[in-house]
Amino acid sequence: MEIDLPVSASRPKYTKNDFVSGAEVRWCPGCGDYSILGTVQQTLAKFEIPRENYVFVSGIGCSSRFPYYMNTYGFHTIHGRAPTVATGLRCVNKDLSIWVITGDGDGLSIGGNHILHAMRRNLNFNILLVNNQIYGLTKGQYSPTSPAGKVTKSSPYGSIEHPINPLCLAIASEATFIARTLDTDPRHMGAMFERAMRHKGVSFIEIYQNCIIFNDKAHAPVTGRDTREDRMVYLEHGKPLVFGRPDNKRAIRLNGLHPEIVPFDGKTTQNLLIHDETDPRPNHAYLLTQLVYPDFPVPFGVFRCVEKPTYDDLMNNQIAEITKKKGPGTLKTLLYDNSTWTVP
Amino acid sequence: MTPPANNPPTPANTPHSPVESGRVKKGRTALATVRFAGDSGDGMQLTGDQFTDTTAVMGNDFATIPDFPAEIRAPAGTLPGVSSFQLQFSDGLVFTPGDRADVLIAMNPAALKVNLHHVKKGGLLILNENAFDKDGLEKAAYAANPIDDGSLRDWQTIKVPLSDLTTNALKEHPLRASEKERCKNFFALGLMFWLYDRKLDHTIEWITQKFSKKPEFVNANIAALKAGYNHADITELMPTRFEIFPSKLESGTYRKITGNEATALGLIAAAVRAEKTLFYGSYPITPASGILEGLSKHKEFGVKTFQAEDEIAAIGSAIGASFGGALGVTGTSGPGLCLKSEALNLAVITELPLVVINVQRTGPSTGMPTKTEQTDLLQVLFGRNGESPLCVVAPRSPADSFDMAVEACRLAMSHMTPVVFLSDGYLANSAEPWKLPDIDDLPSLRAAHPTASDAGTFKPYQRDPRTLARPWALPGTPGLEHRIGGLEKQNISGSVSYDPDNHEKMVLIRADKVARVAQDIPPLGVRGPSQGKVLVLGWGSTFGTIHAAVDEVNAAGQGPVAQAHLSYLNPFPTNTGEVLKNFERILIPELNLGQLLMLLRNRFPEIATRFVGLNRVRGIPFFVSEVRQAIEEIL
Ligand code: SF4
Repeated sequence: MEIDLPVSASRPKYTKNDFVSGAEVRWCPGCGDYSILGTVQQTLAKFEIPRENYVFVSGIGCSSRFPYYMNTYGFHTIHGRAPTVATGLRCVNKDLSIWVITGDGDGLSIGGNHILHAMRRNLNFNILLVNNQIYGLTKGQYSPTSPAGKVTKSSPYGSIEHPINPLCLAIASEATFIARTLDTDPRHMGAMFERAMRHKGVSFIEIYQNCIIFNDKAHAPVTGRDTREDRMVYLEHGKPLVFGRPDNKRAIRLNGLHPEIVPFDGKTTQNLLIHDETDPRPNHAYLLTQLVYPDFPVPFGVFRCVEKPTYDDLMNNQIAEITKKKGPGTLKTLLYDNSTWTVP
Repeated sequence: MTPPANNPPTPANTPHSPVESGRVKKGRTALATVRFAGDSGDGMQLTGDQFTDTTAVMGNDFATIPDFPAEIRAPAGTLPGVSSFQLQFSDGLVFTPGDRADVLIAMNPAALKVNLHHVKKGGLLILNENAFDKDGLEKAAYAANPIDDGSLRDWQTIKVPLSDLTTNALKEHPLRASEKERCKNFFALGLMFWLYDRKLDHTIEWITQKFSKKPEFVNANIAALKAGYNHADITELMPTRFEIFPSKLESGTYRKITGNEATALGLIAAAVRAEKTLFYGSYPITPASGILEGLSKHKEFGVKTFQAEDEIAAIGSAIGASFGGALGVTGTSGPGLCLKSEALNLAVITELPLVVINVQRTGPSTGMPTKTEQTDLLQVLFGRNGESPLCVVAPRSPADSFDMAVEACRLAMSHMTPVVFLSDGYLANSAEPWKLPDIDDLPSLRAAHPTASDAGTFKPYQRDPRTLARPWALPGTPGLEHRIGGLEKQNISGSVSYDPDNHEKMVLIRADKVARVAQDIPPLGVRGPSQGKVLVLGWGSTFGTIHAAVDEVNAAGQGPVAQAHLSYLNPFPTNTGEVLKNFERILIPELNLGQLLMLLRNRFPEIATRFVGLNRVRGIPFFVSEVRQAIEEIL
């Protein structure tokens, strides 16, 4: 469900700077987090939501320093637990715009359980998972999204673990808004953040981020300047998945349950896989997550955007319903129930 | 019931004193302890509850203790499947469920075997003869039938074919044979009602309401109850019938309450008085789940219960709720508290109000989940990384759990600190009469929050000069945007700081802040002389047992012995040292290996040698006799 949010019209209420806290930003020069931070600040400035109604909640890791740099309310919690704090906050205040900032280690390893349950419950907040396939803050160990064979400080002979695909987890939990974007494309990032803000329910966005120090160019084979046209595909609702240089346009079609790449003439969409982000079943979105490098172009954009009642609404509605039925509670009736007796 | 610690001692309890009248002796007794035991499918808890309710309505003071099997439904008739319920009631005040029972009603051989050591020598055993067949005896691992092998010669044994008598009494009722047999607990209850001259109406009314949709069950259960009563009456089955006069309880309105129920009600009351939403994040765990279940029923108070995916999420959500301005509470038992430690420290460093309920059970690890212990005191004080001060309070009885839950919430909000509430498995499930408070007497707990008008001067770690509490500024308040978190913060400004001197200062401030809570709690009271030879000092659920033991010693002329009880374990009341220094010996009974003892020896080294521990860790409360003996040993 889309929420009608007040967008600043001719005279914007806020500028990007209104969302910049005074704290000195301590990420390494060239870190992808800078552009994510700037884009979030830019996105918020487009809306008229009062600044005091934003809360950024994070766990532990490089990206989790995020709240300190936002001139909003913020809570830098403990490793992996940001969704739990956000859950409690969401349950007691329905007016806030809550953002959970996490990373591949924070959100998928130590906090995997919480991410899963926040998504399945459809809590109304936005989760930005900054994926750089490495532990940055602890100086370079492999993470749950590092590819098999990855050589890191804690895997000098190559990682023997199979990585997890964050979006598969989101779909398995039936998150109601799922998207993927990348730090080097602020325009696309901004569009995804806006969509997430307007979505009522949990929004999960995986952001391909570059850790220049410990895992430089991890995503470059896909998102690099000279490769991206052939290796990325931008999802558009109701349209085929078209990618490739102008002289070599291709699209995806389904052969049974298996996707395959076919040439695209720019016109004939018959037989092609058409993107439907509103499909209530998770199958379509799951299929898209299986388009992985190097066999397929990697999809970016909104994988899924469906409506489902939110946990917080259900909680509030149930309370309202019971209160209507029983009448608002008073301490007198609570303590002096029908099992009392009197001693004269 | 639990009077305040400085109430005068109650008159000595008189033993059974039967008087001859016809063939059945008619006796008056001052107090009695009865125990119901059967298979977990036999409805013994329900039977015990009914006996208790009737006893309450008839005006007696009482205390109960259930003894559940750890297994949900172990195979019928086996030893692990036995479920028991014990109750002590009196014409005076009652402080414990009784050491050993005067009467045991055992529905099968396993129930007898498991419970025999809970019965006084010379006490009465009422046995369901029908269950003592080959199969029943085998399941209970009896080589010979104890009814006739002489092994019960130290007790008075009464065999009753409970199953047959019940089925016979229900011959005309339209129920299946197995359903008829299942009514035997009401037949047994009828026997017990006769024995202690109890009225049947309360239970009849309860049955009528409980089974209102199934009239055939109403009729059968009432018939079984009456049949049991009449059977005892006509056959003169039992040698003595006892009468217990009503207690002289303070006038007022009462209800029966367990510790978990009272805790839940206390939390709701605190939220109402604070005009806040109560948010309770919890993960199911024995013996704390009852609080989650109790709170989830009360949505008409706006109570928000969140059954989290794990213990960490439970406390994390409570911290988030508290950050948002609600009354954030989480509840668990020891193993869950281990998991919550890191998040609890987050509440310590962010200085948010948070109440953590720990219904202690035996450990380490899973231990004996259904059994009680007081072994988490040092854990809650010291079981976290860094210098991590917080408040600790402990209820002394089921009903006191209400008051202490309100206290925990009051201290958390007024001092911006986590408060741990240390209940235990015994308090959680035991019941006693609770004299209901006057609603208007409950304190107002309204918390102050900075507003938009403070925007110019607001600093997240600017402190109240008296309490050192920092301001509780809520997201959504214009102009107060600020960031908190687990990293050390600069005092006052709240920005992240790695400055060595600032860290040391913050460590000391946090410690001082918790220490200053002592200014806001009542002094430690003494029951009995304020100085002398022996003081018995306890904390938590041992209160009733200590009370009864001290009374016995004093009544026997061995005293005077005084009693004091710590409801606040961190910080201690300011007069604690003064109180203790006035006694030559201080006996500290604890269901652990000496945790309060260790704290006190460290805190008051000048009197360290006066402390004497009494320590048991069997998963059950102390017996009054044990505490009495320990007192006698140091007198
Ligand atoms: S270590 Fe990597 S992720 Fe962390 S701040 Fe530096 S570049 Fe960014």
